[in-house]
Amino acid sequence: MASILFYILGFVMLAAILLCVTCRNPVYAVIYLVKALFALALLFYLLGAPLVAAWQVIVYVGAIMVLFLFIIMILELAPRERPEDLNRRRWVPGLLVASAILGCTLLIIFQDPDAAAQGSAYFLGPRDFGAALFGRYALAVEVVSFQLLFAAVGAYYLGRYRPRRRGGEDLP
Amino acid sequence: MIVPLAHVLALAAAVFVLGLACAVMRRQLIMILIGVEIMLNAAALVMVGASAYWQQADGQVMVVLLMAVTASEVAVALAMVFYLRHRQGTIEADRFDRMQG
Repeated sequence: MASILFYILGFVMLAAILLCVTCRNPVYAVIYLVKALFALALLFYLLGAPLVAAWQVIVYVGAIMVLFLFIIMILELAPRERPEDLNRRRWVPGLLVASAILGCTLLIIFQDPDAAAQGSAYFLGPRDFGAALFGRYALAVEVVSFQLLFAAVGAYYLGRYRPRRRGGEDLP
Repeated sequence: MIVPLAHVLALAAAVFVLGLACAVMRRQLIMILIGVEIMLNAAALVMVGASAYWQQADGQVMVVLLMAVTASEVAVALAMVFYLRHRQGTIEADRFDRMQG
């Protein structure tokens, strides 16, 4: 059962990524990528990584993709749409992908909630995961936290307010 | 392991190639960054698959570190997009073809 779900979700993720890559409008591309990441989170769960699946949704979808949407909307990169472009047929691929993901999620929830804990397949709980992350890999966590700090400083430096010169060229 | 490791690797390879095609063929900087994101997620899928195959936690730890690295990369890259748009008025990658100094 889990292997069938794996293949279905794999195809759904490939379809969503294909739609994302071929989309002309960046907002739609980001939304299709969000759907692909949901499918990928379910794949992580099926492969025995529930905590990574949760963080995939929280960090990737909740933070990184929303940052993409922020930038697209701040810079007004999406092409302007006329009302006659919004016909019904454009709903179909998105609706298919979303319903497939929802169906797989419900199957996982209702099929056997305890199967993961019974140890038939590999399943890494939060306790063992935290022991590995903060035990053996504590130095890597420190390095990555430094890198996040540097990235925040760098992003602030690049995005700081610059008054424009009269010739249109920015002040350094 | 619910599926053979080769199938996980094949799926990740397909996703990676799609992301690579997106990064190479699209001209908007935003779509190039989205292609990079797709490739990083393919790498994460390989790591989780390897973690399930060898029954070790190392792959999943690596995925979490990869998420932090991706977050910092996206923050800097999007700030760069913002800066370039402010400076040149466009984000078409073909326009940024000369260096100064």
